[in-house]
Amino acid sequence: MSALLEKQKTVPAAPIILEARRRPSRRTVLLLAAGALWILGFLLLNGTATLALPASELTDLHRSLNQLNAWVAANRADNPVFLYFFTPLRTAVDAVANLFTTTFAATSTGLRLPEIGWLGTVGLLTWIALAVGNVRVALLTAVVFVFFGFQGLFVEATYTFALVLTSVLLTLLVGVPLGVLSGIYGRVARVITPVLDFMQTLPTFVYLAPLALVFLIGPASAVIATVIYAAPPVIRLTAHGIRRIPDNTREASDSLGTTGLQRLLTLQLPMARRTIVMGINQGTMAALSMVTIAALIAAPGLGQTVVRALQSLDVGTAVNAGLSIVLLAIVLDRVTTAASRRAEPGAAAKRRLGRKARAGLLGIALAVVLVMVQLSRTMLWAAAFPQDLNVGPAIVQAVNTASHWLQSNVSLFTVSLREGVTGTILNPFQSLLTETPFFILVAVVAIVAYALGGWKLAAVTTACQGVIIYLGLWSDAMVTLAGTLVATAVVMILGIVFGVAMGRSSRVDQLMRPLLDAGQTMPSFVYLVPFLGLFGATRFTAIMAGIIYAAPVAIKITADGIAAISPTVVESAIASGSTPWQVITKVQLPMARQSLALAANQGLIYVLAMVVVGALVGAGGLGYDVVAGFVQSSIFGKGLAAGLAIVFLGIMMDRMTQAAAAAPTRRIPASTPAT
Amino acid sequence: MKKAERLIKRTLPAMAGAAAAALFLAGCGGASVNQAAAAGGATGTPCGSVSVAMNAWVGYTADAAVYSYVAKNKLGCSVVQKDLNEQVSWQGFASGEVDLIIENWGHADLAKQYITDQKVAVDAGPTGNEGHIGWYVPPWMAEKYPDITDGQNLNKYSSMFTTSESGGKGQVLDGDPAFVTNDEALVKNLNLDYKVVFAGSEAALIQSFRTAQQNKTPLLGYFYEPQWFLSEVPLKKVNLPAWTEGCDANPEKVACDYPTYKLNKVMSKKLADSGSPAAKLAKAFTWTNEDQNSVATDIQGGMTPEAAAKKWVDAHQSVVDVWLS
Repeated sequence: MSALLEKQKTVPAAPIILEARRRPSRRTVLLLAAGALWILGFLLLNGTATLALPASELTDLHRSLNQLNAWVAANRADNPVFLYFFTPLRTAVDAVANLFTTTFAATSTGLRLPEIGWLGTVGLLTWIALAVGNVRVALLTAVVFVFFGFQGLFVEATYTFALVLTSVLLTLLVGVPLGVLSGIYGRVARVITPVLDFMQTLPTFVYLAPLALVFLIGPASAVIATVIYAAPPVIRLTAHGIRRIPDNTREASDSLGTTGLQRLLTLQLPMARRTIVMGINQGTMAALSMVTIAALIAAPGLGQTVVRALQSLDVGTAVNAGLSIVLLAIVLDRVTTAASRRAEPGAAAKRRLGRKARAGLLGIALAVVLVMVQLSRTMLWAAAFPQDLNVGPAIVQAVNTASHWLQSNVSLFTVSLREGVTGTILNPFQSLLTETPFFILVAVVAIVAYALGGWKLAAVTTACQGVIIYLGLWSDAMVTLAGTLVATAVVMILGIVFGVAMGRSSRVDQLMRPLLDAGQTMPSFVYLVPFLGLFGATRFTAIMAGIIYAAPVAIKITADGIAAISPTVVESAIASGSTPWQVITKVQLPMARQSLALAANQGLIYVLAMVVVGALVGAGGLGYDVVAGFVQSSIFGKGLAAGLAIVFLGIMMDRMTQAAAAAPTRRIPASTPAT
Repeated sequence: MKKAERLIKRTLPAMAGAAAAALFLAGCGGASVNQAAAAGGATGTPCGSVSVAMNAWVGYTADAAVYSYVAKNKLGCSVVQKDLNEQVSWQGFASGEVDLIIENWGHADLAKQYITDQKVAVDAGPTGNEGHIGWYVPPWMAEKYPDITDGQNLNKYSSMFTTSESGGKGQVLDGDPAFVTNDEALVKNLNLDYKVVFAGSEAALIQSFRTAQQNKTPLLGYFYEPQWFLSEVPLKKVNLPAWTEGCDANPEKVACDYPTYKLNKVMSKKLADSGSPAAKLAKAFTWTNEDQNSVATDIQGGMTPEAAAKKWVDAHQSVVDVWLS
């Protein structure tokens, strides 16, 4: 079974091994030694020093983290940190969130109608899309928001939208200044970058529990969690935009005697505008996916519908709500992309409409929108979407029928597939990881790390493993690692198969892209439900969910890597008589090795991010600890520790795959195509 | 440029037309928001808004559906239902997110924290339901292996309950990780050769028991009553060492069965002090396990919770009148 792990690390390097057969490199020797040590350790010391901790048991560390829970509860009212920082922050965020939800979704009192009704909402948002984008995205906005009404989910969708809007505004408020600072001052960038890395490795689920502890459940916590999740891309892209401005442009402006602030306002921000808007785009998408997860801490909206569907295994409702989320994602993406095009320097010259004509058009449209808002405020039919125009139940019904048919007709196949994979791959591999004494594994990983990246990497990975052991969750971490590695192996197979196909044919590429985009924007919760129906609540289901979530990234990266190979190399290979298979295995895959390693790296990180969500459908290990710690106050501390363990597991695997990717690529001999 | 002008020329009249049509419709069509507001307030004492936590089992949904139906339709309250995990809901009392938990199972630690210490919640009295948690087997097993209902014999049968998830031991199937459970501690402290595996939800538990009974496959799992499913498949309870006062005080040392829970309601201090009719209704709400099961069965059979609640309320007018008096 170690072949799996081994393969996963060495597949990209396959040609090297072939070459090395003549003269094994030091790295190969080290990797083989590590493998041998592991197998020996497993065979001889099977089941000793596994550091297993039963799920109901806690270590002293967990108990003291539990105290945190009680401490916060006891001190919330009078501790100055809460009195003067957390509570006012919460109140402020709550006020902003409340403003948007009452405007678009529902007031919290009385009739629970939104301030500007559905008609006003559709009108206003369409107008905004027109103003920042163009007629096409405006139409898209109008159609999609009306469709939410037909789905019977208008209120839910606008709740989600309002929370995304709140989060994005606050993210910009925090992210843009930080991004500017880190773009201008190298020192700030050096401090901020590791923090951003940490924020992006931390699974979203993990900070829900501590946030709920500090800020209590509700929209405020949801927004704060979302800001934490959405800020890194905004900060990074803003900094990138500022840093990218050519030095001579800056010097030219400096020579005119501009002050720092003037330079920022007149040169740096305008020139970085397009990149910043791209950051807004990325942040918005991140915010949407997080707001859905935040349903677990009482964020209203579509996420609630999906969570409820997950609990009652209602595939139809989950798909209906999931469709809304995907549509909302498309609208937000297209509008912000159109806005970034509009922000592009020189875009104005290409416009078909003159500035005056456009302003006039917008003004007239605004007048119409105001009429619509006024209507919504007075007439009931314009305030709440008419109930009788509802195709939601039909969608739910149709999907449920289809899924029942699938479940009753395919379940024999799915169950045997599950049992087969679990029995022959997952269980043996997992016991290889959990039954080997921890010190052997630590040594094995250290040797592999040394082979890949030298002493520094070996020290980092050993430290990470030390922390996991200290957290008392070694055995659970190994269960998680087993599932993650199996899922990543499948992700890489998919990545190579589809990536190569896409890289070689632009038609396949065009066909696949929308599917991949859907796989990435569809919130993970949604496809958990049908998988749960097909495969039951098992680790296998969680692995499937992880694969769906991570495969698009791996496929895209691989495809880009393959497509980037210079066509002349491929042509010369074909000209010298290589079959397509030879071209792929001897030229394209070896030359795209860096992309493959990057794909493996991203695949791992994405699968790991899914681990916690997978615990909702039966994955054990750290994910279960996190979820259980979130929902049961008696094991809060253990959940927190498990969250940290995931982070350190993530850092370890990220560093190791990055080292594998960055390792000097051996020159592929010029004669390769001919061989 | 010409294109643009044409576009404006074409859109302007269309937009003006639309606006005119909208105004026309506004003038003559449908109810207005003010009328609706007047209608909403016409039912008597102002009630305002109540946030009800929705925990993830059908029995809870039944309780909440009936409470919400009565509060909405007889008292004119606006009821907001929030899907939340059992223990997470309690945090909502402090933040104002949750006003009412309509079916609470035990949780002495949370009661101490939120009712006694923080004083953000109050006990709103029993629901009239009696709750039992325990380990159950499908009826075919109890027939075929009569001694299986004695917990002491479980180890004898453990190999029968092995699955791909249980690592060579017998499997005890639990529900949502959020549910009240001592099962992992029980397995350890009773020296049982079993492993607890989580199905993830009530729906998954029910589906598993249903399949086990249909296909006559072995299954040992966590279950509870009141529960409509027991009238479809009458699961048999496995007797673990009987509960005695304090035997479950330390969650890591538990070695006894679950107690009988007098289910109760918990509401926020804010709601209790408001004098709202919604608070009075919450205190007065009591019914029997049969009542709850009948509503839950309807919901499970495909009725919306609201319709199932209406059916029950219409059939039990006298009970509801007592709540409202």
